[in-house]
Amino acid sequence: MAGKPKLHYFNGRGRMESIRWLLAAAGVEFEEKFIETREDWDRIRKDGSLMYQQVPMVEIDGMKLVQTRAIINYIANKHNLYGKDMKERALIDMYVEGVADLNEMTIVFPVHPPGVKETKLSEIKDKAKNRYFPAFEKVLKSHGQDYLVGNKLSKADILLVELLYNVEELNPGATASFPLLQALKPEGITDREVQEGASSPFSSWAVGLHLIKSRTLPTDIVNCSSKIQILSR
Amino acid sequence: MAGKPKLHYFNGRGRMESIRWLLAAAGVEFEEKFIETREDWDRIRKDGSLMYQQVPMVEIDGMKLVQTRAIINYIANKHNLYGKDMKERALIDMYVEGVADLNEMTIVFPVHPPGVKETKLSEIKDKAKNRYFPAFEKVLKSHGQDYLVGNKLSKADILLVELLYNVEELDPSAIASFPQLQALKTRISNLPTVKKFLQPGSQRKPPTDEKTIEEAKKMFM
Repeated sequence: MAGKPKLHYFNGRGRMESIRWLLAAAGVEFEEKFIETREDWDRIRKDGSLMYQQVPMVEIDGMKLVQTRAIINYIANKHNLYGKDMKERALIDMYVEGVADLNEMTIVFPVHPPGVKETKLSEIKDKAKNRYFPAFEKVLKSHGQDYLVGNKLSKADILLVELLYNVEELNPGATASFPLLQALKPEGITDREVQEGASSPFSSWAVGLHLIKSRTLPTDIVNCSSKIQILSR
Repeated sequence: MAGKPKLHYFNGRGRMESIRWLLAAAGVEFEEKFIETREDWDRIRKDGSLMYQQVPMVEIDGMKLVQTRAIINYIANKHNLYGKDMKERALIDMYVEGVADLNEMTIVFPVHPPGVKETKLSEIKDKAKNRYFPAFEKVLKSHGQDYLVGNKLSKADILLVELLYNVEELDPSAIASFPQLQALKTRISNLPTVKKFLQPGSQRKPPTDEKTIEEAKKMFM
């Protein structure tokens, strides 16, 4: 039943990107079949692969899973990224749902017409700064551990870090007053730590460099090369 | 770590109703603390109970959980309503997420101004009839069992039946051409716990009317 998971989506971030992050962070190689033409789109909707005629769809372990959360939860379950018991799962879900609410705004952001974009950008900045980032900073501060839940990597850490990157692309400096959030990200690694092989939350992920390399470009043009350089050291 | 779960929300359906359905179906007694005044709302947001200053919030087993899905998943896990293994969980999640997408439309429906309501109602009817109901009918037909997944009650059955009731309130003949869904609705409604919940005097909330919306708006403005 093995074989790599196969991701069906458009060649862009959208709702598939969080799934890509999760698979990459878990060290799982995956294939992608891009929907590029009208014919592709018609075909995949007619062949019965899509339960609700929507993508993302991921072929994995003999299933054709749709719905982002269903896919994410399956991957998290399979790769031990969902905590050790019911209560840890509850905290992880609570954090991931908050991340998803803010991430939703960044996903749909490129679609807005120019006049609306300004308002939406202010909203994202405000919600990040006043609602979501303080909440996650507070969690990390409360226990002082490297990960959000149970002193162990979970989908919550991975998806939060994805969110931080997404928000910073729209608002550089968004995490400036959140030191613990900054420490979760790759840039939290100093040169010295890399040389000394010191562990940080990110360096202990299975595939740090693979993660960044397999990451698709933002929907508008952004220069990712500086991040890739940092992790290539 | 006993004590009944305590639900913090407005006195109406909204995003808490699915949680009420799930607890009720699982046979779990719960308390409710309604947010009724501006002072209530200010107080609960200031006392640190709400991770994102939002409700629903449920006090359960020593936690103050927010985010509907986190709460629903915890209850489902705790009361064996989440399948027996990873793959069953995946199917259950896939079905519940589809239910949630359509249910979302029924939750926000009462808030729309009259002109918009007509369009939104058509959308709900269309999506129910052409996308969601056929999908679930197909699942039930494919295995012929009494429940959506693993021949056992799960959150998927409960939340789908809640959805069927919600859509029928807006469109009475919505499941007329879906015999499997009708049968599921009957079976689940006849479970003793659900039957009790469907009777008058239970904690099930009535459909949200315009008056409730107006009063809620006053609280926030």
